[in-house]
Amino acid sequence: MSGMVEKRGIGTWLTHMSLIAGIAAICFPIYLAFVASTVTQQEIARPPMPLLPGPHFLENYGTALSQGINSPVWLMLMNSSVMALGIAIGKIAISILSAYAIVYFRFPFRMVFFWLIFLTLMLPVEVRIVPTYEVAAGFGMLNSYSGLILPLIASATATFLFRQFFLTVPDELIEAARVDGAGPIRFFVDILLPMSRTNIAALFVILFIYGWNQYLWPLLITTKPEMNTIVMGIKQMFPSGDDVAEWPVIMATALMAMLPPVAVVVFMQGLFVKGLVDTEK
Amino acid sequence: MQKRVVFNNRLLPYALLAPQILVTAVFFFWPAGQAIYQSAFIPDPFGLKSQFVGFGNFEFLFSDPYYLASFQTTAVFSAAVTLLSMGAALWLAVMADRIIKGSGAYRTLLIWPYAVAPAIAGVLWLFMFNPNVGLVAWYLNAIGYDWNHVLNDGEAMGLVVVASAWRQISYNFLFFLAGLQAIPRSVIEAAAIDGASFWKRFWTIVFPLLSPTTFFLLVVNIVYAFFETFGVIHTITGGGPQQATTILVYKVYADGFIGQDLGSSAAQSVVLLVVVGLLTVVQFRYVERKVHY
Repeated sequence: MSGMVEKRGIGTWLTHMSLIAGIAAICFPIYLAFVASTVTQQEIARPPMPLLPGPHFLENYGTALSQGINSPVWLMLMNSSVMALGIAIGKIAISILSAYAIVYFRFPFRMVFFWLIFLTLMLPVEVRIVPTYEVAAGFGMLNSYSGLILPLIASATATFLFRQFFLTVPDELIEAARVDGAGPIRFFVDILLPMSRTNIAALFVILFIYGWNQYLWPLLITTKPEMNTIVMGIKQMFPSGDDVAEWPVIMATALMAMLPPVAVVVFMQGLFVKGLVDTEK
Repeated sequence: MQKRVVFNNRLLPYALLAPQILVTAVFFFWPAGQAIYQSAFIPDPFGLKSQFVGFGNFEFLFSDPYYLASFQTTAVFSAAVTLLSMGAALWLAVMADRIIKGSGAYRTLLIWPYAVAPAIAGVLWLFMFNPNVGLVAWYLNAIGYDWNHVLNDGEAMGLVVVASAWRQISYNFLFFLAGLQAIPRSVIEAAAIDGASFWKRFWTIVFPLLSPTTFFLLVVNIVYAFFETFGVIHTITGGGPQQATTILVYKVYADGFIGQDLGSSAAQSVVLLVVVGLLTVVQFRYVERKVHY
């Protein structure tokens, strides 16, 4: 069918070669980080560093996990998990409820609420950091999970996604539910929620990555090393001044920091792509 | 669009909306209002009281050469990140689209860098180009090029651009590939029968048909470069050397938290609010057009 356009022989070979070259170039920084995480500090301090992995994998990862530099990596991984899960679950929960209210009810000021939520599309946290920090500090939320999570869970994107989906749900379902005497809560729990499963899962994948990769907000809100998340904590592992950074431990930490979101993308590729396309609509 | 059939309930809808409205009011509207309010005041050195200055902070801001330079830095940085990541992604997507079997495997290998946080991307590239121990820096030195992004403005900018673009290639690749695969084969085959070469077909047929995807990605990449690259800059250069890589978002942070200049930082937040508003309008214009197609 497409044989007419498809190049044969040398053309196909060149296409594969340029793709492989592209992938090699893109993967090289990760490969080098992996090599660095398996050698000793001395080998890195005397450049050029080796290009093949060394035998110190367990030692470096063990040091990172149990001690780290300011705080152990297992603790930072746990903080990141709590934050990422809290943001993903929190956003989904509050958005699905508000979308349900806006689509399935008629009440005074409905459109006012709709626009209030809509406006938050325009206010990324990076833009309003100083005043948001002051509000969070005023509530005593510094160095707490609620401080890490709450200011990031309001978002218009998730509400819109659920609204779009609810609008495609046939009206016959709600008519049938009403004939059966089911109220709004029954309808939501028994019919709408199960129907939204795939949308929730796709959104969860995207929001988990979003939450895990937060940097600026944890940097401001956590001043104690034991509350650091792994993505922002890695910067704190670099010494100030002229001391040489402990690269093997830092690189082991970098790889552990990217492992959970990368695993999510690779193993849930279908949901990830759906989520990405949905949230950009 | 509206539902024909709805539930009648007086209080339930407000209860359902309450959590989101509460979080939005406390962490969005209050801080945004504070930013606008604070931008009209200068706090005294002891932080005891503030003096009303009207638009003084803005006047001061737009006569500050460092702020104006930051605008220029942001423009150069965003343009470079967008061009580099979209160019590389388009090339890879065109190649992957030519392959009938196995393009799925290439897709898997190309999309995962999207999951790497900008700050981690920064650390990886910093490691390769570290003037003391970096492998690439060492080889550059070996062939006679003295690499030091800690001191050299251009090298610092180049490094943050490459690190930021690196992570965004996956995203662009995914959307370009989907766009390419949506183009009907028959159109391309008709041109092939007329004897048009691959690149001729690409520039006269494929690229114009891809323009909605390209325009959409252009907006997304500019937003990314403006607001999501803070981690890259903070880990690699810290805005330096001499503010050479201080983009607008970094300057809000540096002036507000390091410089403690709250009036100026608030005024900068307000300027950024306007920038985000304009970008959102552009994005929605595009979405509207897509609907009418």
